[in-house]
Amino acid sequence: MNPYWAGTLLGLVLLASMVLSGRGLGASGGMKYLVVAAVGTVDNDHAQNSPFYSKYFREGKKPALNWLSIELAGLLIGGFISGAVSGRLKLKTEKSPKIKTFTRFIFAFLGGVLFVYGAQLARGCTSGAALSGMAVLSVAGFVTMMAIFGSAYLFAWFFRKLWI
Amino acid sequence: MGPIATLYHLPEWIDLVFALFIGIGFGFALEQAGFSSSRKLAGMFYGYDTTVLKVFFTAAIVALTGAQVLSYFGFLDLSLVYVNEYYVNAAIIGGIIMGAGFIMGGFCPGTGVCAASIGKIDAMVYLFGGLTGAFLFAETYPWIEELAGKNFKGAVKINDMLGLSPAVFTLLLVIAAVCLFWLAEKAEKRFARKEITSEC
Repeated sequence: MNPYWAGTLLGLVLLASMVLSGRGLGASGGMKYLVVAAVGTVDNDHAQNSPFYSKYFREGKKPALNWLSIELAGLLIGGFISGAVSGRLKLKTEKSPKIKTFTRFIFAFLGGVLFVYGAQLARGCTSGAALSGMAVLSVAGFVTMMAIFGSAYLFAWFFRKLWI
Repeated sequence: MGPIATLYHLPEWIDLVFALFIGIGFGFALEQAGFSSSRKLAGMFYGYDTTVLKVFFTAAIVALTGAQVLSYFGFLDLSLVYVNEYYVNAAIIGGIIMGAGFIMGGFCPGTGVCAASIGKIDAMVYLFGGLTGAFLFAETYPWIEELAGKNFKGAVKINDMLGLSPAVFTLLLVIAAVCLFWLAEKAEKRFARKEITSEC
């Protein structure tokens, strides 16, 4: 799809989220709720005694059934539907021909660790903090957006072999 | 009149049904934008593909303008819509860490989920890293709590900070976005890499 049309569609989805639920979109938040739910299942004592995890279980709350975790499940379904409609469903690894698949995996893993860690600190990622924040004129949204893109440009030279 | 779930005190399960459908729309839009390809996303930082900027800013101005218009006509009560709170240090340092993760991993969390949904194995590895990152944050929280809460400014709005009305700021942002689109189109021609963009 033409990027400007896809952007318009994304903007309308975000607007629908504000009109229906009074909030923006998010992705890293749902991951946090999944981890919290998993820790609560595996080691309930640890979850109840930790000041971080325990707040997500207070008053019988279920982190796996949080708005953000359900939205994350929808994101997975929506991506799959789009891929199916456009004939893009295929198991593959994408990388520059200059690097090995294993190298791609190492950096994909590290990138995931850093991105979601940073998103927890900044209370949102590109969607939850930057995009949704900008749509409600939040200063935090604009600052986070500039920090993410500025930093990626700053580090781009060091990791160019991964992509070009 | 919105936000519907808050104003009409709808039961929680209906809000969760909204969440599911909003998520489906979100994933569909990201995938249609071409965001299930890491090399396309990374192109933003080398100039050969600027789809990220085009989609991101189009979405931001559509949602922002739409919300302002709906609020003006009384269809949306913006005081009931969540506004992200501003913790200066956390927003900047968190953003810098995210940028490093972006250029190493090639995805942000939303595009990573979307790419994994159509079968990109590198995206699945990225998401495994993402869950690990969320776990590490939870476990290291006692040490990072002070930094996370430093310089709290509340839910400040950028137009208030600049002393502008929301409408004037929105108009300025639309003009800025159009200028950025023009620059992005120029960059794509200047830094074109046909061998990459034809694949993704």
